[in-house]
Amino acid sequence: MVESKHKWKAWLYLAPAIVLLLIFTVWPIINTVRMSLLEGYNSMSAVGGATYSFGIGNFKQVLEYNYFLQCLGNTMLLCVLTVPLSTILALLIAVCLNAIKPLQRLLQTIFFLPYVTNSIAIGMVFAAMFNMVGSAFGGENEIIITAGIINNVIEFFGGHAVNWINAGSSYAANVVVMVVYIVWNALPFKILILLGGLQSINRQYYDAARVDGTSRRRVFTRITVPLLSPMLAYVVITGFIGGFKEYSSIVGIFGEDMGPAGAPGRLNTMVGFIYDSLSTQQGRASAAALILFGIIFVVTMINLYVSKKKTHY
Amino acid sequence: MKIVLQNLTKVFPSRNKKAGEEVIAVNDFTFEIPDGKLIGLLGPSGCGKSTTLYMISGLQKPTGGKIFFGDDDVTELSAENRGVGLVFQNYALYPHMTVKQNILFPLQNLRGADKLSKEEMLERALYAARLVQIDNLMDRKPSELSGGQQQRVAIARALVKMPKVLLLDEPLSNLDARLRLQTREEIRRIQKETGITTIFVTHDQEEAMSISDLIVVMKLGVVQQIGQPQEVYDDPQNLFVAKFLGTPPINVFDGKVEGGRLYIGDAAVLDVPGVADQEVTVGIRPEGFVPDENGPLVCRLNSVEVMGRDVSVVSSHPAAQTPAIRSIINADCKVNSGETVSYTLKPHKVLLFSKTDESRIYFEVK
Repeated sequence: MVESKHKWKAWLYLAPAIVLLLIFTVWPIINTVRMSLLEGYNSMSAVGGATYSFGIGNFKQVLEYNYFLQCLGNTMLLCVLTVPLSTILALLIAVCLNAIKPLQRLLQTIFFLPYVTNSIAIGMVFAAMFNMVGSAFGGENEIIITAGIINNVIEFFGGHAVNWINAGSSYAANVVVMVVYIVWNALPFKILILLGGLQSINRQYYDAARVDGTSRRRVFTRITVPLLSPMLAYVVITGFIGGFKEYSSIVGIFGEDMGPAGAPGRLNTMVGFIYDSLSTQQGRASAAALILFGIIFVVTMINLYVSKKKTHY
Repeated sequence: MKIVLQNLTKVFPSRNKKAGEEVIAVNDFTFEIPDGKLIGLLGPSGCGKSTTLYMISGLQKPTGGKIFFGDDDVTELSAENRGVGLVFQNYALYPHMTVKQNILFPLQNLRGADKLSKEEMLERALYAARLVQIDNLMDRKPSELSGGQQQRVAIARALVKMPKVLLLDEPLSNLDARLRLQTREEIRRIQKETGITTIFVTHDQEEAMSISDLIVVMKLGVVQQIGQPQEVYDDPQNLFVAKFLGTPPINVFDGKVEGGRLYIGDAAVLDVPGVADQEVTVGIRPEGFVPDENGPLVCRLNSVEVMGRDVSVVSSHPAAQTPAIRSIINADCKVNSGETVSYTLKPHKVLLFSKTDESRIYFEVK
């Protein structure tokens, strides 16, 4: 057979990619599994010749560690809040963008800008917007010297300035800031995908619906959303995967402390936890990484299962 | 319900503002479509037939003129409120819905007084499905149907709300030849059964002639002729209509009239009393040739194609505008397999047209 004759050639062409994948993807995965199963593994002492017993001690330790559970909670909370919110917003914006003719290109570009902007930079801008420089809050003598634009707006409308991210701020306020930031950051990609999907829907379906006397709402729910469902599924799945890997957004707003001054680590995430553990406790980090992998895997499977039932192609 | 088009005009603005000029897709179309008839809008692509259809549906707004359904002016009424049924060229079935859901969809849109109960909806959907004979496919998705079945679903969806007007945009163009024959009979049958005023658009003259009560021939946005198919075929008002209708197409010659006789080349082929001396374009239908050894029109014989009932003779003549002249003659007539073939002409199959504006020149047929 011609094909088998040329098989070695095919492998040769594939070799560079395969070698790189083996070194930088496959081996690390295997090694992570290995390290996670060596109780209390530490690369420094490993070099020193220390031996470790084999077992699930790392996993146990991680799952019993309150700080890890807090990180897990933060990650879950942000995921659950931001993915649906950003998807719905992106859908609405995409539908609106698709409906307007003039300036569509310009608006598309504007909406896409956050995507090409560094997330740390965006985080710093958001931090400045929500910032509040002054003394601690609540007391009567304290004077706010300068407040970020968000608080300025709140005060303009007669509200009371909120301590969003500074020392003494509440967890809820922190989460609100994170949700706003993550949603805003996630929108462009989702809008891009959904707008592309919308524009690929045959106009005739809408003409047919009009001739059939369909109301706008019904057109949206019965035609646009179902025909967009493959894109929606894609956006939700990648949204959850991205959400579970949330890290740099927290750094962007709160810096490497992963929390407001006085409460470091309060908003830390799974990836943050893994990163923190990496330098000293690779065993623990590996176990946490595998747990994260497991969670993403399960959530994606659920997503795929649901979307198979609900999407139509 | 009768439909009246009054000076209907549609102008598309030019896409390029500097260079382009606007396109007049439909120009001053006035016509009253009688109630319960099947009308074929016929013309080559770009003649404005689809635009006319979409203006009647309400999907496109006319630039000028008015549209009446019965006595109601619907020109300003949007597509949602016109209550027409429209079958798109590629059917536009909702791909995510089953056949049943597709057919039910227009009914579920009904609001207020027209709102139907679930049972009534199902009943109507089944009735429409039975009418087009797809009631056994109700739970399939459009992707699981053949082209012909999709076509039927599209017709059922258009019919289910019992529209006053049914519009079909190139309904047969996506079907293969056999299915096309079958489906056009089907459309005719359904139209007869429901009595809904139906307008369909086609570029296939055979299709239009075979099932329409009336055909409208259009060219570049201008209506050329309206009439019963046979009438338009026998008595075209200009060269365009004569050329557009008929398979094989009409044979066109350069000729001249002198002293009441028609000359093609140097031969006087026919008496045409009452026509002033002038250069003319002569159209002769394929069935207008009678082989006759002493006939005046002598052509070079190219080939004889036997088609069973008829014989198609392909010949050529220096005065013809096309390289091949095609005549259809009865198989009983013998054609000598010589170098040439001679014909006499049937006077009512010979049509004369002005050289200047291609309009018909009438003469007395004895």
